[in-house]
Amino acid sequence: MKRAPLLLILILTLATGCGGPTATGTPFTFETGIDPDSWASVPAGEFLMDLHNHATSVDYDYEMMVTTVTNTQFANYLNEALADGLIKIVGDEIVGYYPGDEFRGYEHEEEIAAGNWLHIPLDEPGLRLKQNGDSFEALPGYENHPMVHVTWFGAKSYCEFYGWRLPSEVEWEKAARGTDGRPYPWGDEIERENANFYSSHDLFEKIVGGLGDTSPVGFYNGKIYDGYRTIDSPSPYGLYDMAGNVWQWTGDVYEYQHYRYMRGGSKSDYEYNLRVWTRNNATPKYHSPNVGFRCARDTID
Amino acid sequence: MTRERSPMLSKRFKYLFQSTKGLVLVAIAMISIVTAIWGMLSGPMVEWGVKDVVVQLTGMKLVAAEREGRIIMLYHAIAMAVVAIQVYFITGIQSMRDQQRTTINATITVGYLTAMITGLGFAYFGHNFILHGLFLFGQALIFFSGILLAAALWPWKEEYYIKDPDYSRTKSGLDLERVAFFTMAVATLGSALFGAVTGSYWGNGHETFLAEDLIREPHKSPLQLAIIGHLHIMLTLIGVALTLVIGRWFDFKGPLHKIAMPFMIGGTIIITIGAWAVVPFEEIAHWIIYGGSVFVLMAGLFLVIFAWRKLIRDGLSEQGISKGTFGQGLKALLRDPLRFGATWQMVFMNFNVSFVGIFVAVKLDEIFRVWPARDERIILSGHWHVLSGIIATIILFYYADIAGLKGKARKWFGWVLIIFSDLAFGSATVFEMKRLFVTESAQQSLVNWVMLLIDIGLATVLVALALLMIWRLADLFQGKGRWATELAEEQRAIPAPAPVILTPPLKSSLPPDEEVQP
Repeated sequence: MKRAPLLLILILTLATGCGGPTATGTPFTFETGIDPDSWASVPAGEFLMDLHNHATSVDYDYEMMVTTVTNTQFANYLNEALADGLIKIVGDEIVGYYPGDEFRGYEHEEEIAAGNWLHIPLDEPGLRLKQNGDSFEALPGYENHPMVHVTWFGAKSYCEFYGWRLPSEVEWEKAARGTDGRPYPWGDEIERENANFYSSHDLFEKIVGGLGDTSPVGFYNGKIYDGYRTIDSPSPYGLYDMAGNVWQWTGDVYEYQHYRYMRGGSKSDYEYNLRVWTRNNATPKYHSPNVGFRCARDTID
Repeated sequence: MTRERSPMLSKRFKYLFQSTKGLVLVAIAMISIVTAIWGMLSGPMVEWGVKDVVVQLTGMKLVAAEREGRIIMLYHAIAMAVVAIQVYFITGIQSMRDQQRTTINATITVGYLTAMITGLGFAYFGHNFILHGLFLFGQALIFFSGILLAAALWPWKEEYYIKDPDYSRTKSGLDLERVAFFTMAVATLGSALFGAVTGSYWGNGHETFLAEDLIREPHKSPLQLAIIGHLHIMLTLIGVALTLVIGRWFDFKGPLHKIAMPFMIGGTIIITIGAWAVVPFEEIAHWIIYGGSVFVLMAGLFLVIFAWRKLIRDGLSEQGISKGTFGQGLKALLRDPLRFGATWQMVFMNFNVSFVGIFVAVKLDEIFRVWPARDERIILSGHWHVLSGIIATIILFYYADIAGLKGKARKWFGWVLIIFSDLAFGSATVFEMKRLFVTESAQQSLVNWVMLLIDIGLATVLVALALLMIWRLADLFQGKGRWATELAEEQRAIPAPAPVILTPPLKSSLPPDEEVQP
């Protein structure tokens, strides 16, 4: 009897500690009905930016992708860009040229020099792409999941290949929250069925446990998947996944620092990280199973 | 019936709000209540859905945009109570006039209770600006009690000079330990102002922020730098004060005391200057802080060496052994987990805070700034919580001793506190630094393990704390409980300006197991 508490702790420990899945997870296919090739229009005008609602103006109309870039979209891009010679495979990496940033040698600033920089690592187990020589395709089940393990260089290169750009932080935040100062893209409160975040008890946490997995883009659109009900959670301008699932690279390059900024929070973050003003940053060569991106472009008349 | 009960109620009230031990008990109980309720809003409680239930039951209003402000008020509410506990300890162990002791304790008690209750009310239950005003008023009272404390500790009074050559003193007899307490009190007052002045610009140039969110900003405003300096120095000074209190618990004296006290005084002054210098001289402020930290850490180390030697010596002599083997010495060192625990936590703190901090500073650009900001942020908030937690456990070791925990209960409480708090803090440190060992893609198993260990450790510590509180609560229902004895003892010990004796001599606090237990 005296050993019972210890035994209980041991059982609990083994039960909880050993069952963790890898980031690769188990692929399940869910069609969301949201087209990853669609774009949302964001009109020019003032909006309330950051935690303190500073009035900020964007004086031009622009468009942003309704969802983050998917594995299928990125695989297609790789095949085209490799064929064009824009990027190349070097060992276990795909690299591409970047002209470099102005370097001031400020405290903690690292030089981003002109040269070839990592776009995606090919030996990363969390990458959801299958390589066949110079040809890539999405892993089965992950076709409509967000592209992850892509560096800022890779994300920028993707957008620019098609004549688009990474959104600036201002563009990103306006697209996410509209003009009424809301903390989440869909409104003032967050429910577990609004987005994919840590311990949201979403379908993917149930399937693979722990931190869960990425959800297909546009997943939280009010549909019911295998009995799991989602809440339709677009931003005021109709963008999906502007909170949770994966952090999203933005395009700004700031003076005195080499960091690139990400927005939106991810599947591995608590809900407060999903507030629209929350910033994250990393070196531009950083990649992660929690980081993806979407593109912006000028409005096409 | 009523006439019979009233004196008993008033006696209990007198114990809880006028005696040192009673005041400490009330403050620990208040922190425990806040921890019990607000601890339900984060970590596994969110995952298990407990947070939603608590929010619904209590009627909390958790506006998303106000999270930062809420957190700031929450940790100020808890910190004020911790500062009050330390003030009670100090007025209990340092000589001062009884009127000074009473005034200081009364002022800070009204202050922290007002700040805690109204601050949490404002932050979590709707914005009534009367509550916010009272929150500031409570903090102002705490500051005022600090001024009174500094005045009471003024060491250059002949009546406080000491003659015993075993204690650190000047040739004229100036008590350097008292100088160290005084220095800490003055430094705390200045450092509190450092934050308060910035706070007064709130909404008028200063916007709410959490320091960990600014780590990679290349340019921080002077008001932001002041807050960053303020929060670091305040926790440091709480650590300094507690180290001095624990030193008195062990009757710290001898050659190590003579070196430690000047180190503590000098170190406190240097660190404080360094923290204040963050605003005008950010580039060199860290180096000043590092320099001061060396002295303060050395003073802490000397205390630990003294304390462990004393524990071993007294333990061996109690067994009639003049010179023991390594095993006998170790047994003697570990025989009282409360006294050992308080000093062990000072050592353990280095593995979780000091060494981690030094390693991060040395490898910042090479390792930690390669990680995403959110990972670096986890280290910052993690080491902050661990340091606060370690300070809290040391207070609990000391309180459990002065509360009269004896026999097996003393051993169980002490060892549970040591083992499970260190399990939680050690696991939290592994969690903070996990990116050193494992990639994001492969971290799940490690995260599961350390989160489980953190939860087990913290939950067990909180259960131990709850049992301690229940024991003391039950005692208050006894007509002649411990509270009555403690009240009578303090009233007997009052002849001013003698200290209220909080800690009995070492030997008498270590009764054999068969003595009275709770």
